[in-house]
Amino acid sequence: MGKIKLAAKTPRIDMTPMVDLFFLLLVFFILTATFRPEEAASISTPKSTSSVPIPDSHLVTIEISKDDKVFFNVDNGTDSTEHIRAKVLQAIGSQYKIKFTPKEIKKFEGLASFGLPADKLQAFLAAPDTKTREAMQVGIPIDSTDNQLMMWIRFARTYNNDLQFTIKGDGAANYPIVKKVIAVLQDNNVHKFNLTTDLKAVELPEEFIIK
Amino acid sequence: MAEIVQEEGHQKGKGKKKVKKHGTHIDMTPMVDLACLLLTFFMLTTAFNKPKVMEIILPEKPKENEKPPELDKSRALNIILVENDKILWYVGLADPNKPLPVLAEVDYSKDGIRKVLLQRNKELFARVANMKKDVTEGKLKIPRDSVEGRIKRFYKEDKLGPIVLIKAADGVKYRNIVDIIDEMAITNIARYTLVDINPVEKTMVQSRINPGSSVTAIK
Repeated sequence: MGKIKLAAKTPRIDMTPMVDLFFLLLVFFILTATFRPEEAASISTPKSTSSVPIPDSHLVTIEISKDDKVFFNVDNGTDSTEHIRAKVLQAIGSQYKIKFTPKEIKKFEGLASFGLPADKLQAFLAAPDTKTREAMQVGIPIDSTDNQLMMWIRFARTYNNDLQFTIKGDGAANYPIVKKVIAVLQDNNVHKFNLTTDLKAVELPEEFIIK
Repeated sequence: MAEIVQEEGHQKGKGKKKVKKHGTHIDMTPMVDLACLLLTFFMLTTAFNKPKVMEIILPEKPKENEKPPELDKSRALNIILVENDKILWYVGLADPNKPLPVLAEVDYSKDGIRKVLLQRNKELFARVANMKKDVTEGKLKIPRDSVEGRIKRFYKEDKLGPIVLIKAADGVKYRNIVDIIDEMAITNIARYTLVDINPVEKTMVQSRINPGSSVTAIK
């Protein structure tokens, strides 16, 4: 009799512990998640033996892609109510005589790095998707005649004094463009900055290994 | 839902017994599916490995009426980075009126430039390495933070180590610069800086790379 009953029932597995575990992990990942920002260009950073982690906030990142385009990003600092990105954008707007609407400013605040001349910013912010935006990124002009990177750095420093600067360059980028970026930083009296790198191990020649 | 409403209407008796038999089994499969999906999503989007940074402090540009500091010629070690991941180096200063120093060629491997730098910076390197060893072995009990401070003090006291001038010729990639600055950190070079390559060195590099071409001296 018992046998017949068993056959009629579909075998049930108690999923409760599994679900518990799933939710625990889920909560953990939700809480620890720091989202990878939308990258303006894919950059593979060179390796170094430095193990200092990148600062969390108050960070200006100047990205240099392998085709020598320059991108800029400034974060909102620890207090997002200060709207640092918005202020920087407005300052750039008044510098280059562009009137940004509140909607555009809001949109700009949510984006990460960008690399295009200031006069193209409005079209960039109106772009419907990532692909269109990607196609518009031609790099920030840093020639001596039209040095917009200089302005971005200057205004970013005006609204946030605690900024730390990081150059995130692709290993295959040409040195002259990096040199130019460093020169722009130095012109803004930034003499201390970071280079973003990946970690690698230290190796020493035989006779210098201390045992 | 409909069942529950029915049961409430039926009152006690047969209906109640039936409910008890069933137990409260909720089909959790959709919930588990969703949890799984979200879990996967968060796992994939979480960036665990924070990128690392290498700090660089460059000297301020000298003001107009200020003289740049004098360089001890005997300590100057010039590293010229050239294309195709090669390094040329010489000691001292290149003076166009005197016979030019010979450029030696090395690469970025541990037995390349690293060996050259270590040989010239033996004392300081040993000092730092011994101090670090003492700390890890527990002979020297100082907090981790002050290790950095000590190294900085060693750097300041350094009177013998080379002063490295890093110069980049044409065709150098950003990767090369990062590598060479990293070498400075590995070999504990106390003083180094990035400078522009001068015309004399340019001709030296030219004649080194293409020995056949005629070299015109630049004044």
